[in-house]
Amino acid sequence: MTRKQRRMAFVGLGMLALFAAAALVLSAFTDNLVFFYSPTDLIAKHVPEGRRLRIGGLVEKGSVVKEGTTVHFVITDLTTQTPVSFTGLLPDLFREGQGVVAEGKLGPGGVFLASNVLAKHDEKYMPPEVADALKKSGQWQGDKDKGQGNKGK
Amino acid sequence: MHRFANPTRFLRLSAAILPWSAGLTIVLMAVGLVTGLMVSPADYQQGESVRIMYVHVPSAWMGMLAYSVMAISSAVALIWKHPLADLIAKSSAPAGAAFTFLCLVTGSLWGKPMWGAWWVWDARLTSMLILLFLYLGYMALVSAFDDPARGAKAGAILALVGFVNVPIIKFSVDWWNTLHQPASVTKLGMPSIATPMLIPLLVMALAFHAYYVTVLLLGVRAEITAAKVRAIRLTQVHE
Repeated sequence: MTRKQRRMAFVGLGMLALFAAAALVLSAFTDNLVFFYSPTDLIAKHVPEGRRLRIGGLVEKGSVVKEGTTVHFVITDLTTQTPVSFTGLLPDLFREGQGVVAEGKLGPGGVFLASNVLAKHDEKYMPPEVADALKKSGQWQGDKDKGQGNKGK
Repeated sequence: MHRFANPTRFLRLSAAILPWSAGLTIVLMAVGLVTGLMVSPADYQQGESVRIMYVHVPSAWMGMLAYSVMAISSAVALIWKHPLADLIAKSSAPAGAAFTFLCLVTGSLWGKPMWGAWWVWDARLTSMLILLFLYLGYMALVSAFDDPARGAKAGAILALVGFVNVPIIKFSVDWWNTLHQPASVTKLGMPSIATPMLIPLLVMALAFHAYYVTVLLLGVRAEITAAKVRAIRLTQVHE
């Protein structure tokens, strides 16, 4: 084995070990690396009342009710729903059927008390005319898979 | 490969490439900016704000590419001891740091109107911030030694260790729930981005590549000159 080959083996093995270590660490911390829970996760994980967390999903159509500055709406991942109440300014992209992430805590009665609401947009970019045309021709699939998070489709 | 590792040959070759890459940068940047900022349509959801994409996305790609170049040339420098590989890694770092910084700033400006937050600690944003710190740490480490060869070796190891972060950035949006949306252009099947918006994006990406090549060649040439100056000074000291 020449010195060059020894160095190559050393760098190669080093990188392999490093990537393996990173993969193990990341898979061990997967739960902490997610930015938000879905409503289904929220039930599955038995999150106690009062713990701060984020939940994400779609704003259910027809669920948005405004009372003064307080907004009530329902976040859904199309299997489970979580009612949310929020007082404050909503981002421009907040609308029914749109993906959102709400930051806050679980209050009494299973209502999520949000202190901050972030809008999530999907990876689709198109001019408005194209979106209208797709909707007209019935090929629009945007609202179904939007904002559910990137995992677990 | 050894042919191109010769600094004299590199100086000749890079002198021939530089006017072309610089000219290409100017032309592509002009075309990309005009089509991106003025000609291309607004987005059906984001409206005019979508135009930030034409700077944000290419700078994010280049931030990762410049780091990959840095890591690969660091590996080459460690294994084959090519004199040019260290210089390429060293010159790639400031360009990559600038791209990453631009990506973070434009992303922040885009995040406020669209998401409602300048910054969130999701996996994509955090890993990109770590990339910026890796660049800054690399630059600090390389220049922290009196002997440039030792600095280059320490930097090469840091560059290789930090390379773990690049696939994490790329796949963070697929592996975890993030506020950042998943990839639009590099996904399987058709890109989920309308053609009149994809074209300026790709033109801008090419412009950024041409710019990177220009800056990288200039940086390596400057490093070669600096090495010559050092060598001359050393002989003067010994005389």
